[in-house]
Amino acid sequence: MSQAQTVRKKNRKKLKITTVITHIVLLVCSLIWIYPMVWTIMSSLKPQNEFFKSQLSLFPSTFTLENFTRVWLRASFATYFLNSVIVTVCSVILVLIMTNTAGYVLGRYRFFGRGLLMAVFLSSICIPLVSTLIPVYQIIRSMGLMGTRLGLILSGAGGAHVIFLLLFSSYYSTIPNELEESAKIDGCGFFKTYFSVMRPLSRPISTTVVIMESVWTWNAFQLPLILTLNNPSSRTLAVGLYAFKGENTIDWTGICAGGAIAMIPIIIIFISFQRFFINGMAGAVKG
Amino acid sequence: MKTRTITTRNAVQRQRYLRLNAWCWAFVIMTLVFYVLFQGYPIICSFYYSLHNWSGMTSDMTYIGLQNYKQLFGEKMFWNAFQNSFKYMLMVVPAEVLVSLIFAYLLNDAKLKGRTFYRVCLFLPVVITASVVGIVMIFIFSTQGIVNYALVSTGIIGKAINWLGNAKYAMPTVVAVAVWKDMGTYMIYWLAALAAVPQDIVEASAIDGATKPKTFFHVTLPNIAPTAGIILILCTINSLKVFDLMQTLTGGGPFYSTDVIATYVYRTAFTSELGLPRFGFASAAATLFGLIIIVLGLVLNAIKSRLQAMQS
Repeated sequence: MSQAQTVRKKNRKKLKITTVITHIVLLVCSLIWIYPMVWTIMSSLKPQNEFFKSQLSLFPSTFTLENFTRVWLRASFATYFLNSVIVTVCSVILVLIMTNTAGYVLGRYRFFGRGLLMAVFLSSICIPLVSTLIPVYQIIRSMGLMGTRLGLILSGAGGAHVIFLLLFSSYYSTIPNELEESAKIDGCGFFKTYFSVMRPLSRPISTTVVIMESVWTWNAFQLPLILTLNNPSSRTLAVGLYAFKGENTIDWTGICAGGAIAMIPIIIIFISFQRFFINGMAGAVKG
Repeated sequence: MKTRTITTRNAVQRQRYLRLNAWCWAFVIMTLVFYVLFQGYPIICSFYYSLHNWSGMTSDMTYIGLQNYKQLFGEKMFWNAFQNSFKYMLMVVPAEVLVSLIFAYLLNDAKLKGRTFYRVCLFLPVVITASVVGIVMIFIFSTQGIVNYALVSTGIIGKAINWLGNAKYAMPTVVAVAVWKDMGTYMIYWLAALAAVPQDIVEASAIDGATKPKTFFHVTLPNIAPTAGIILILCTINSLKVFDLMQTLTGGGPFYSTDVIATYVYRTAFTSELGLPRFGFASAAATLFGLIIIVLGLVLNAIKSRLQAMQS
């Protein structure tokens, strides 16, 4: 065996060992990373006495849905769930319409004031929510929307959504001009060109925006917390679970069931659309 | 005759230009309104409130100039929260950036089997509601929880520690949870940066006999430096904004050892824990902190541009 061959063989062996180690590290970490979610969902299926006897074991010896029915019916998680769904759906529609249209003109036209608008929107990345919290509370209160779903929807759709604007504008700017011109020759006006020619092309970006905004609105906590202080029945799941924990410190399986109700829809959406979500985030840092 | 056609043509062009601008503004108006209403106007409003003595519960509002700010500087609780915010930032940013880079480096191999599975698992906590995570983690880190069980049974610690109930351990525990939760975001950013590194240079340096670490530090790292700058800035700014995790995990306790500005402002303005709500005073704290974050963002951005200019 020549020396070169031995070296190559050695290298291949070394490569194999490193791949195995990489897999072990990644597998162990992946399990650690999903453990809290798995634990929550499994604990929510345990009877209360079993939970207190062995909260470490992952698999319940007797399955029960009693925790779910308890929090769903008696602790108004049905209401919280409905609120979360309505607020998320409406906010997402609003955000999609506004960022799609704004991204379209920001990406395709050099209109008067475009640079200034971009600068203003971009600078909002630095503004922390806590600095606008009190005035937003005041605005919603003066609109008479305190403790209503509409208040949550409007405030949830507020802000500049810089990432979405960048995603849409950079996507629209890559569409060739010929398409637009042929639409014009066909007699399409500005709005029709956008609505029936350009907008349908943006479907992949729209999907990304819908998924990302759904997750963010569903998870929102700080604003919904202060905007529902006066009216518990307008709470979303994120706030409802926090309030539930404050009132029922010892109902651990109930808390787990509430947590599972909040987690499961988002896990399903994320796993089905993970590619859109991850590409969207990666695109945002590139843009 | 000729001049007239030119003027009419100009007029037509002008009209077309105006119409185009009108359409463009019509298309951005919705974003602009939502931006002004919920971010632009509130930030000015916050400053306006901060100049007043106002509980927020009544319309009774008196102008007191910079009194709130003066009082803020003498307020021990504010400085405690202020310090904690930065302490949290200094712990979270290096940990998060480093851990996410390691995972991204391991996952940046197209031939690696199960890559998507690992990526989804490691990213999953990012999409889980932070307030729910905070509540569940109380169980995980409780004295009967899995963390204590694992550490005690492997002999790393002698007896179970009340991680979140102990002023000494609460902050590092929150940091650990935050890294676990948000690392995935930065991992995706790193992966995007690593995917853009031209593979031929990496291969060339491997052929030249450079070891893997050497290749990483001398070839890959300089290539991803611009993204690294963005990641550091985003991570720093985001860490200072923390609220959801803090409020649900510890509520700022024990003994205010994890009280950050966001939880401090929330408590001062919206709960009666510290006496009557004080919108004016809380607005001063929120404005001052917002200003610090904005300035920090600008400074970091300037440093980044300077470094980039030096590199090229």
